[in-house]
Amino acid sequence: MGNYQRSLRDEAAKNGVEIDMTLRELPPGESARVIGVRGDSPISKRLMEMGVVPGVAIRVVKSAPFGDPMEIRVLGYNLAIRRNEAASIEIEGR
Amino acid sequence: MNPATLTIALAGNPNAGKTTLFNALTGLKQKVANYPGVTVERKSGAWSVDGRIATVIDLPGLYSLDTTSIDEQIAGDVLHGKVDGIARPDVVIAVVDATNLERNLYLVTQILEFGIPVVVALTMIDVFEKQKHEIDIDKLAAKFGTPVVAVNTKDWRGLDDLAAAVNEALEAHRSPAFTLDGKLGDGTNAEIFARYNFISDAIQDSVKHNDREAHRVSEKIDRVLTHRVFGLLILVGVLLLILQTIFTWAALPMSLLASAFTMLGDAVRSVLAPGMLTDLIVDGIIAGVGGVLVFLPQILLLFLFISLLEDSGYMARAAFLMDKLMSRVGLHGKSFLPLISSFACAIPGIMATRTIENSRDRVATIMIAPFMSCSARLPVYTLMIATFFAGQTVLGFISLGAVLMLTMYALGILVAVIIAFILKRSLLKAPPPPFIMELPPYRMPNLRTVFLNMFERSWLFVKRAGTVILAISIILWALMYFPRMIESSTTGEAPSQSEQLESSYAGQLGKAIEPVIAPLGFDWKIGVALIASFAAREVFVSTMAIIYNVGSDANEESETLISAIQNDKKPDGTPVWTPLTGLTLMVFFVLAMQCMSTVAVVRRETNSWRWPIFMVVYMTGLAYFASLITYQGGKALGFG
Repeated sequence: MGNYQRSLRDEAAKNGVEIDMTLRELPPGESARVIGVRGDSPISKRLMEMGVVPGVAIRVVKSAPFGDPMEIRVLGYNLAIRRNEAASIEIEGR
Repeated sequence: MNPATLTIALAGNPNAGKTTLFNALTGLKQKVANYPGVTVERKSGAWSVDGRIATVIDLPGLYSLDTTSIDEQIAGDVLHGKVDGIARPDVVIAVVDATNLERNLYLVTQILEFGIPVVVALTMIDVFEKQKHEIDIDKLAAKFGTPVVAVNTKDWRGLDDLAAAVNEALEAHRSPAFTLDGKLGDGTNAEIFARYNFISDAIQDSVKHNDREAHRVSEKIDRVLTHRVFGLLILVGVLLLILQTIFTWAALPMSLLASAFTMLGDAVRSVLAPGMLTDLIVDGIIAGVGGVLVFLPQILLLFLFISLLEDSGYMARAAFLMDKLMSRVGLHGKSFLPLISSFACAIPGIMATRTIENSRDRVATIMIAPFMSCSARLPVYTLMIATFFAGQTVLGFISLGAVLMLTMYALGILVAVIIAFILKRSLLKAPPPPFIMELPPYRMPNLRTVFLNMFERSWLFVKRAGTVILAISIILWALMYFPRMIESSTTGEAPSQSEQLESSYAGQLGKAIEPVIAPLGFDWKIGVALIASFAAREVFVSTMAIIYNVGSDANEESETLISAIQNDKKPDGTPVWTPLTGLTLMVFFVLAMQCMSTVAVVRRETNSWRWPIFMVVYMTGLAYFASLITYQGGKALGFG
């Protein structure tokens, strides 16, 4: 985890926000705010480039027929990602 | 600054309307080639800007310029002026989808850093306004420090404004409003965050979004189209409909083309003096190249449907639906449609793999695509079924022919799955590729874009595969033509076509490989036909007709050919062909790489000879062993 996310996490903890939840656990139809994307891999970078950045709202639309991938909505457009990728997106707990 | 010749690069996200704008600007004056050394398409065209002719370069669709993919790397190289034969662009037109502003503007913040004047072209403005969002274009332009122009390619609105904005940007070279200097710039993630912060600020002042969540027509459509039950049923239905349509619609133009090539051959023969050159032109070039071009109607139709699916947004849904299944064998959801297309013809299928970003996934998909039973195999299957299994039934009412046909399709799919599984764990080993795919809003396909796309891709196939097909046609012709027989050894008169073929190099080759193919139940005649059908699978039928001396225009339903095959006897009086031989031959044709056009296209699409050669070797090897098992197993079980 990079310094950047660590500081985000610390700040979030200070504000009393739960961060032990990832997008993978968010049920279809629910929305949450993004805290950050874990890791420095090309995949997490691509997710951020696509607009999954701290502070934006993200909604799970549905899962594909065989359970994977899932459809999410962010910044007013729809994106399909696999559950593995969703697990690297940290969201505010409810 | 006022360069005599202008170079303009067109950059934008996939689905932003970039291709449609490019077509609107350049009309039919387009050139398509590849960037040196890679298979990324390089499109350029001419656009007149205030009387000056500008070269417009259509960059590949991009989400970012961070050089993680080949497309991004090449776009970066073009903008740096590092690509041979392309001048560094004087202006970049950044195509931005107004209905998807934030993410589209992300790329713009990166383009600004190249120090090239930028003009933002806002597309989909009609949809944006229909959704009752409001935008203050001047404010947005001020924030970004670039001209911003709303364009609508449907009624050509804004194209003149775009030209004016290009001139304006050229003359007043403003310094970019956004740069990372002095900002975070230390970690990549922080950099991305900084860009989105800048965009968020810029948009806050200039755009008033009406409730965006209210405009989710596509999500409503997807309640059905990606429904866990209906979605899959509809997908199957759509694909069946497409394949059915291709087979019905293509039938007439295909037979017309075939007759046209025959007539052309006859006409040439009647004009030229008889001799080797005439034979080369008629039997080698016209028949050989014609045999491939006959498939053009099917290829055109397939490209038409692929373009329609892409342009409407359904293609991404198909990938979304099928990704889980495809990932079981290590492939990507985007591999699904190219593979389905290959049931009609592997060539468009292989060319459609370009949408798969990961090169290993792409090669794996290309390697298994020819296992899908294409339409050129049908004449071979039909001939074998008509000869050996006609009128027979299973369980009293199911036609044995239909069952066998279905078995051949299933065998191809099964082997494809196994090979993909093996390839992805050996030669093409790689961590599972990320699946991050936009599900673009459904849109009415732009017919101009669709048709241009269809003709362009088909023309690319003809142009790129043409030389290889021509060369192989000539080689195959020569193999069957030389050495010339002066007179028949039996009658002393001019030799028949079948005698000539028997004594030719191809005939000798067929006899030479007879010991190898004898364990499959094949004699030298089948050997010759196998060699000849490397041109295209259906050539097997016409070659058999020549060998059995029933006239080369016999088709797979011709009674004379069928009875000639049935009555062919070995010297000891036993039949050459048994139903088991027929079945074995069908199995061989499911698996063998008997198609020079596919080899030529794979050579182009992988940019090497390594993969096409590997493909020919492993597929033929596989076909041999599967046929061996079929024949010897069948004999052991008492068939044949």
